[in-house]
Amino acid sequence: MEYFIQQLVNGITLGSIYGLIAIGYTMVYGIIGMINFAHGDIFMIGAFVALISFIIFGLTGVALPIILLLVLLIAMLFTACYGWTVEKLAYKPLRGSFRLAPLISALGMSIVLQNYVQVAQGARVKPMQPLISGGLEFFKNSEFIVTVSYLQIFIVILTIILMGIFTYLITKTDLGRAQRACEQDRTMTALLGINVDRTISITFIIGSSLASVAGMMFVLYYGVIDFYIGFLAGIKAFTAAVLGGIGSLPGAMLGGLLIGLIETFWAGYVSLEYKDVAAFSVLIVVLIFFPTGFLGKPDIEKV
Amino acid sequence: MEKKDIIQSFKDSLFTGLIALALFGPIVGLRTSSKGEGLFITPQWGVVFLLVGLCILGRFLINLNSARKTEITFFSKFTSKFSAITEDKAKHFAITAILFAVVFPFLPFTDRYFMDVAIMILTYIMLGWGLNIVVGLAGLLDLGYVAFYAVGAYSYALIATTFGWSFWICLPLAGVFAAFFGILLGFPVLRLRGDYLAIVTLGFGEIIRIILINWYEVTNGPDGITGIPRPSFFGLPFKRSPDEGETSFHLFFNLEYSTMHRIIFLYYLILVLALITNYFTLKIRKLPVGRAWEALREDEIACKSLGVNPTNTKLTAFAIGAMFGGFAGSFFATRQAFISPESFTFIESAIIVAIVVLGGMGSQTGVVLASIFLIGITEMFRDLEQYRMIAFGGAMVLIMVFKPKGILANRKPTILMHGDKK
Repeated sequence: MEYFIQQLVNGITLGSIYGLIAIGYTMVYGIIGMINFAHGDIFMIGAFVALISFIIFGLTGVALPIILLLVLLIAMLFTACYGWTVEKLAYKPLRGSFRLAPLISALGMSIVLQNYVQVAQGARVKPMQPLISGGLEFFKNSEFIVTVSYLQIFIVILTIILMGIFTYLITKTDLGRAQRACEQDRTMTALLGINVDRTISITFIIGSSLASVAGMMFVLYYGVIDFYIGFLAGIKAFTAAVLGGIGSLPGAMLGGLLIGLIETFWAGYVSLEYKDVAAFSVLIVVLIFFPTGFLGKPDIEKV
Repeated sequence: MEKKDIIQSFKDSLFTGLIALALFGPIVGLRTSSKGEGLFITPQWGVVFLLVGLCILGRFLINLNSARKTEITFFSKFTSKFSAITEDKAKHFAITAILFAVVFPFLPFTDRYFMDVAIMILTYIMLGWGLNIVVGLAGLLDLGYVAFYAVGAYSYALIATTFGWSFWICLPLAGVFAAFFGILLGFPVLRLRGDYLAIVTLGFGEIIRIILINWYEVTNGPDGITGIPRPSFFGLPFKRSPDEGETSFHLFFNLEYSTMHRIIFLYYLILVLALITNYFTLKIRKLPVGRAWEALREDEIACKSLGVNPTNTKLTAFAIGAMFGGFAGSFFATRQAFISPESFTFIESAIIVAIVVLGGMGSQTGVVLASIFLIGITEMFRDLEQYRMIAFGGAMVLIMVFKPKGILANRKPTILMHGDKK
């Protein structure tokens, strides 16, 4: 039982990270109907920016909460630039092209970003000393002590705060309204005087910023990154988006949590080597049995 | 050009520079490297300023003569002229290319290195033609094609090392296994729409690779399988000193022993396999099933209403494509004599897809040109190993942006009503 609770805690932490990446996929899919294959690599770049700023601020000796806040903002800012540029260069010229063109362009972009970081930062894994250590211990009298580290608490709370801001942004502001309008009908939205291109750009910026936060959490949580982390994390986050119903924002978060839990429990109870297989198998099973996910709208093809 | 425009484009370039600074600043400018414990940062501002400068200059030049449009028209004019020429002379081109391929090993400048590159290009051409059935004809984007290549290679390696059967028995078996895996995957997932299918096939490719890495008992894990038997020339092995009771190739034909014999044999083997793939594709396009593939690619709903079963039709395309992937895989295994999961990563799938897409989906000649172009270029830049994948990905993006239908956009239907010439 204690082991189960421990896995649950770990799964929720991992799920928060996946959920934040999944929002980027689901938002972009909702608004322009393409799978942004390079999103996983945007997450990887966010992780690198966070790592670099952690090292720089680590030298200055500022208090930890300020460092965390600064790194968060810096990572969001710089990664958002990447998201924006990728959209401008690789996807915008392809709007209205045939269906597979943006996907292939995104694939190319993903290869470019991965190898660019490999060239610029080296191929070796980058280890980082843990910044937030310690935690709360439960069930001290039993055989297995459940530990909830402060880092895990930080990750989950930060995710909840970001989700709150994000939900407010989408449901209550003009920007969110414009975005939802674009999702429903881009032509009509343009006719009503909303700058569709700008709205799409902002979508990419928001998605990339959230991915960069996930990247920062990844650095803190695992303590090691390399240029390749974006691939697996991206696929899993995409699975999460599909599981929750692609295009649905609460769905992305729910899917992220589910994928995080499935992966942790699989690694804890079944087999550690095959934990990535679990994620992919879930993806295949979900797509076959619930192609619209849990909270998605059915997709009707029109002639 | 007016003064206002120049100022405007100047501002625009400066903005580009600012963005470039934000992009390259942290990632290129602050290189992390680990020394002992912890990470250190080595600043590289020179490179950053160079890159930012290039971005500003490039943007300014583009703005100045608004080159964007002329560039696009130049590019598409060039390629459409090119595809028109190749279309007109398709037959001549094909015959010349095949003749050249046949005499290639005996040309005076051909050495061992050229042969190796040629074999590699032919392997990719064969894979491209195999995938072209799935992507080009049936319009199903398969990002996990390397899985079938891996299944072919591993089933050949395992059968050949366990039972010691000859290449000519193992080759069809490997193809059958790969086709079986194609059906196994295709059956549940082919109902999915285009981009979902792409991701699922990608996931399948990764599953196969993870299984290959972790299933030690059968695949020997990351160490791979060694000592895969080399093919023999219809029973005559390529050995300097054959075993007792055996005649080797050079003794049988009274030739001086040379390692090139085997290379040349492998070259012809892959050439024949590739041409079989091509011939098969060209023929099957004219059969009802081939027509159904192309019709499905164009309009699935129309096909359904005309009584074509989409799942079965797609499944045949998937299985046949997988079979050719399996053949290519077993050729790869016998050529290398060693295989490991490292050879079957996602990037291989991406390269094959890129070859098909850049060649112009559905065009057989396009696959050849794209293979020669991509593999040849990466071979030329061998010394710049690190940069070649950036160039590769960049080429994918650029071609999609400027010419989304590929270099040879040959998607005209194979049959026209009343023999119309469009």
